[in-house]
Amino acid sequence: MAAITLIEGVTRALAHEMERDERVIVLGEDVGVNGGVFRATAGLQQRFGDQRVQDTPLAEAMIAGLSVGMAAQGMRPVAEIQFEGFVYPAVDQIVNHAARLRTRTRGRLTCPMVLRVPYGGGIHAPEHHSDSPEAMFAHMPGIRVVIPSSPARAYGLLLAAIRSPDPVVFFEPKRIYRLQKQEVPDDGEALPLDVCYTLREGEDVTVVTWGAMTWETLKAADQLADDGISCEIIDVATISPLDHETILESVERTGRLCIVQEAPRSFGVASEIAAVVAEQALYSLRTPISRVTGYDTIMPLFRLETEYMPSVQRVVDGIRAALEE
Amino acid sequence: METIADFEIQYSQFLDPDGRPSDTLPDFAQDSEQLIEMYRQMTLVRIFDGKAINLQRTGKLGTYASSLGHEASHVGIGAAMRPEDCLAPSYREYGAMLWRGVKMSEILLYWGGDERGSRFEHAPHDFPFCVPIATQCLHAAGAAMAYQLRGEPRCAVSINGDGGTSEGAFYEALNVAGAKKLPVVFVVINNKWAISVPLELQTASRTLAQKAVAAGIPGLQVDGNDVIAVRHWMERALERARRGEGPALIEAITYRLSDHTTADDASRYRKKEEVEAARAIEPLLRLRRYLVEQGLWDDAREEALRAECVERVDAAVESYINTPRAPVTDMFDYLFEKLPDHLVAQREMAQHYDRGGRH
Repeated sequence: MAAITLIEGVTRALAHEMERDERVIVLGEDVGVNGGVFRATAGLQQRFGDQRVQDTPLAEAMIAGLSVGMAAQGMRPVAEIQFEGFVYPAVDQIVNHAARLRTRTRGRLTCPMVLRVPYGGGIHAPEHHSDSPEAMFAHMPGIRVVIPSSPARAYGLLLAAIRSPDPVVFFEPKRIYRLQKQEVPDDGEALPLDVCYTLREGEDVTVVTWGAMTWETLKAADQLADDGISCEIIDVATISPLDHETILESVERTGRLCIVQEAPRSFGVASEIAAVVAEQALYSLRTPISRVTGYDTIMPLFRLETEYMPSVQRVVDGIRAALEE
Repeated sequence: METIADFEIQYSQFLDPDGRPSDTLPDFAQDSEQLIEMYRQMTLVRIFDGKAINLQRTGKLGTYASSLGHEASHVGIGAAMRPEDCLAPSYREYGAMLWRGVKMSEILLYWGGDERGSRFEHAPHDFPFCVPIATQCLHAAGAAMAYQLRGEPRCAVSINGDGGTSEGAFYEALNVAGAKKLPVVFVVINNKWAISVPLELQTASRTLAQKAVAAGIPGLQVDGNDVIAVRHWMERALERARRGEGPALIEAITYRLSDHTTADDASRYRKKEEVEAARAIEPLLRLRRYLVEQGLWDDAREEALRAECVERVDAAVESYINTPRAPVTDMFDYLFEKLPDHLVAQREMAQHYDRGGRH
């Protein structure tokens, strides 16, 4: 079996679900003939036709709104927003409609749609192509926010997202789209949503992260291992609803917590995780919580983007900070 | 230079304000029963509307958006649709919603602050009220896309106001529907006012129907106070869409005789004379005059109908007033299909405080 990349995991999951469930429709800008600007939908239109893989006009609110309408009437739309910087016009539809439809109609209409959004920095892209806005969506009740960090999780979590009876915003860390190859059988096995994945077990400190930052975090843990420091690494995977249990259980064991995110520092997912631990496991903590994050600045253009994003060194330092009495 | 594109917008009216035919009436309007049925619905909506305002004024209902003056537009839309079609309304189209099976008690529940008002027991696939302006146009387009993909002979209809035509979602919906030939009809109820903003501040367009031109779809203006015109052109647009010939935009010209909502005071921004002039051409009067002229209606029937409507509205009010508040857990129980773990504790907390609990 040939190993595949994260983005090929996305493609494979889309193809699998389209084959299995004819309600699944792929739509977005350039997803058809072109196969998506990142190639996530490559070959799908050729295989499933131009009705089930539809190029749309260029309007993100429309793509999201059309998906809400389709989902409410029995389809399973999987829409692509080309880059996270263009997702903002769609927020109205996601927050005011997708997230609320089940609640507003007391379950009469539901919204089983997936909005796939490549996100994050590190690919030397133009302006508005490198943000990490997951916290904005995670703050909104009624939607799931899911982020894979490996080919296997891209495949398994996207399958789960498409099968979910409720809307999912699926952020894809574009920086690691082609970083790693992994053998991922096309067995249609979805991975569970709403749970964290422990990537590495350890004893001295719990390091919680997600998306592309899992890679800097793993490298940092390797370096620290040379100094005899054992890191437990947790990939959050489903940002919202957040799996408190896995994080709390780990912190109660290690007594230390470092959270690593690419997004700006304040009011974000790291803040929420820190709050949950402070509320529910404060007395297990032997040291203050440490956060390694992007800065509270506008994501710079690419000549400075590596200075913005937490480097392996910053993660190492952040974990060391969590180890200091 | 040469002209490479040109357009014209047509206007249609069958009954003039005095109830006299101004054009050859379409077939359904030759059937007195159908006309009377529409008149009955328009009367019911008007009486319902007055009652809802009274309920708000006496503290028994929250803010309410009146449909006074829109009855012909709304009922004409509802009457033209098939049950299997799908309506994506904004928030005051009671005439269309009631025709499609939404209950008066549900409308009252909604404005009475209860989500169960959008449960729509007898309109199972229609979209709920939509307060974010014109966003529902996209839901109608999406619904139409679902029907198109499944090869079902169904159409979606969205309704928004003149203010909504300034929204991006309105243009985006028209545009994608045109590009994909979706079976959807967009209706703009032009009641001349978007809260306090008059049409001339909303747009420099001569008509709102011409907004269809840029999307490459047909656009037509009808007299929205003439239920025959609204229903006829809606039927034509729906037939066309159902045959796979694509979407259309219908602008129905009417006038908002009421305040925007019960929280508004329109006397602050518009002249009494303008409202009086609009009242003189309102829709119920027009159809009644026609029916009376045809010998199909008289004072006795009018009185009997009103008594019947009052009785039905009172029964709906009774049902609304007697509906106990939803359990506090409802906040949680419709958020997702299955409640996520971290919300279990929040749900218990809400229950605890709801019972007046103390630690």
